[in-house]
Amino acid sequence: MSGHSSYEFSNPVVKWLDSRLPIVTMVKAQAMDFPTPKNLNYWWTFGGILATMLVIQLITGIVLVMHYTPHVDMAFDSVEHIRRDVNYGNIIQKLHANGASFFFIAVYIHMFRGLYYGSYKAPREVLWMIGVAIFLAMMATGFMGYVLPWGQMSFWGAKVITNLFSAIPFFGEAIVTWLWGGFSVDNATLQRFFSLHYLLPFVLCALVFLHVWALHVSGNGNPVGVEVKSGQDTVSFHPYYTMKDLFAILVFLLFLFGFVFFSPDYLGHPINYVEANPLVTPAHIVPEWYYLPFYAILRSIPDKLLGVVAMFASILILFILPWLDTSKVRSATYRPRYRQLFWILVVVCLGLGVCGAQPAEGGWVIASRILTAWYFLHFLVFLPLLGLFETPKPLPSSISESVLAKQAAKSTAAAQPAE
Amino acid sequence: MAGACAGGREIGVTQLHREGLIIVSTMETTDSERRDFLYIATGAAGVGFAGISVWPFIDQMNPDASVLALSSVEVDIGPIEEGQSITIKWRGNPVIIRHRTPKEIEDAKAVPVADLPDPAARNANVADSADAADANRVVDGNEKYLVMLGVCTHLGCVPIGDAGDFGGWFCPCHGSHYDTAGRIRLGPAPENLPVPPFSYLSDTKIRIG
Ligand code: HEM
Ligand code: FES
Repeated sequence: MSGHSSYEFSNPVVKWLDSRLPIVTMVKAQAMDFPTPKNLNYWWTFGGILATMLVIQLITGIVLVMHYTPHVDMAFDSVEHIRRDVNYGNIIQKLHANGASFFFIAVYIHMFRGLYYGSYKAPREVLWMIGVAIFLAMMATGFMGYVLPWGQMSFWGAKVITNLFSAIPFFGEAIVTWLWGGFSVDNATLQRFFSLHYLLPFVLCALVFLHVWALHVSGNGNPVGVEVKSGQDTVSFHPYYTMKDLFAILVFLLFLFGFVFFSPDYLGHPINYVEANPLVTPAHIVPEWYYLPFYAILRSIPDKLLGVVAMFASILILFILPWLDTSKVRSATYRPRYRQLFWILVVVCLGLGVCGAQPAEGGWVIASRILTAWYFLHFLVFLPLLGLFETPKPLPSSISESVLAKQAAKSTAAAQPAE
Repeated sequence: MAGACAGGREIGVTQLHREGLIIVSTMETTDSERRDFLYIATGAAGVGFAGISVWPFIDQMNPDASVLALSSVEVDIGPIEEGQSITIKWRGNPVIIRHRTPKEIEDAKAVPVADLPDPAARNANVADSADAADANRVVDGNEKYLVMLGVCTHLGCVPIGDAGDFGGWFCPCHGSHYDTAGRIRLGPAPENLPVPPFSYLSDTKIRIG
C-alpha cells in the first residue's frame, strides 16, 4: 500500500486519479496481482466467506432497523410486524437471524483451519491475534443482537450473561447495575444494546481491515506450511482465487438459503416466540448454539467467579497460542502426534457444545468437567511439551516441490490401475 | 525561527542554516527546559480534560432518575393462603412473598447455621452482621411471611417454588437449591436470596422499598 505507483495506466482519467490517490494501484497490487500460494485448498476460502457474511449481516441489519422499534413495549411486536407485514421482511429477517449462525459456522471452520495448519505461527502472530479480537467482537455483537427481538430467551439470556459480571469481586454489582441502567434488564438495557449492536459491526469492519492488512504483510500461509520461496510457488490472486473463493461462497450461500427458505427456525429456540416476561424464567434456558461450548465451561465449575474466569480464559488463551505451541513446523500434515491432538480437540469442543445444551445435572456436569480439563490441558500442557518431543515428518523444500510430488503420485497411480 | 535574523546581514542559505544551528545550540539548555515544561503541561492538560470528559459518558449509563423513582410498592398479603406464594414486580425484579406452613418454618429452624453455605442473613431489615438463622430471614418476628427477591444469586434467573431438594426453591438455570427460608443449600449460587427492605403497614399489608 505504498504511495508510489509502479503501474502505467493508459486511460488518462485513471492515470490522473491514481497519481493523486493511488487507489487503483492498490486494488491491482493487493486484490488482483497479489502473489498467492498455488496450493491453497478449500479451507482457505473461509476468509472470503466470512467477509461475505459480514456484508450480508450489515445490509440485512440496516434494512431491519428501518422497521424495528427498540422499546420493551414494542420490540417484540415490531419484529413480528417485519415478519408478517413488511415486503420481503420475512426473508430479510430470517436471513439476518440465520446469517449470524452461518457467520459463526464459517468463523469456527476458519479458526480450526488456523489450528490445523499452524497459521498462528511466526510471522502471523499479530494476524492471528486480530482474528481472536474479531471473534470476541462477533460474540458481543451476536449476543446483543439476540436480545433485540425481546422474546423470553432474549431476556433471560441477557440477564444471565450480564450477570456474569457480578462475579467480579467488590465492583461486580455496581458494574451490572451500570450495564443494565437499572435494577434488572429493562428498557434502558434494550436501548443501549440496540445502539451497540449497530455500532459493533463497524468496529468489526475496522478489525477485518487490520486483519487483511496484516495478511498482506506476511502473505498467505498454505497447507504445506513451507513459506513461499519463489514466484514459482504462487499464482496471482485474480482470477485464480477470486474465482475459487466465489465458488465456495456460492456453495456456502446455498446452505444458508436452504435454511432461510426451508427451515428458518431450526437454529432458533421456539420459546423466543413468547414475549419477554421478567417474572418467569423458562424451564430450560440455553444460549444460541455457537456459545454452547463456552457455556458448558462456565457451568462445569461449581464456583461462580472461577466459572466466569474459566469461560473467558478459554477464549483469551488463544491470544497467547503462538507462544504456547513450541513446534517450528506449521502444518499438522507433518506433525503426526499433533494431528491426533487436533482431532481430539475438535471432538472435545463439539462435546462441550453438546453438554452446554443439556441441563446442568448428573453425568452432563461430569462430562463437561472432563472436557473442560482436556481443553485447557491441550493448550497449556500438551502443546508446549509436544513441540519438544515430537519428531515431525520431513518437509518438502518448497510449495512447488510438494505440488509436483502430489501430481507424480497421482499419475503413477493412474498408470497402474488396480486389478 | 531563532537564528533567522542574524544581525541583518545578507547571508546565504547554508550560512543561515549554520548560524541558525549555532544560535539554537547556545540557547539549547534554557530553551529545551522551557519546551519540556510546555510539552508536559499541555499533554497533562489534554489528558486531564479528556479524562474528566469521559465521566459523563460513562455515568449516563447508570440508572436514571425515572428508574430510581420507581422504588416502592405496597402489597396486600392477606389473601395469600398458607402454603401459597405470590410474585410481584419491584424495581423490575420479581419479589416472592410466601405464606409458609408450620412445617416449612420448622424445617428451616432445624438447620444449624454452621451447615449453611452462606451464613449471612442477607436481610436488608436486620443488621449486616446477623446470621442466617430463620429468625433473621423474616421481619418483626413474623415467621409466617417470607419476602425475598426471586433473583437467583448465581446469574439472576427466577427460582421455581415448591421445588428442589430442600422443599423450597429450585433455580432451573444452573441447578441451585434453596431451602424454605430461601437460603442457598446446594449449587453454584453463592448467597441466600436477598430480603428487600420492607415494613408491615398492618398485619396484612407491607410496603416494599
Ligand atoms: C469477521 C471475521 C473474519 C474475517 C472477515 C476474516 C477474513 C480473513 C481473510 C479474507 C483471510 C484470508 C483468506 C483465508 O486465509 O481464509 C483471513 C486469514 C486469516 N484469518 Fe481471518 N477473518 C475473520 C476472523 C478470524 C478469526 C476469528 C481468526 C482466528 C482467531 C482468524 C484468523 C486468521 C488467520 C490466522 C489467517 C491467515 C491464514 C493463512 O492464510 O495462513 N480470522 N481472514
Ligand atoms: S441463575 Fe440460578 S443457578 Fe444459575
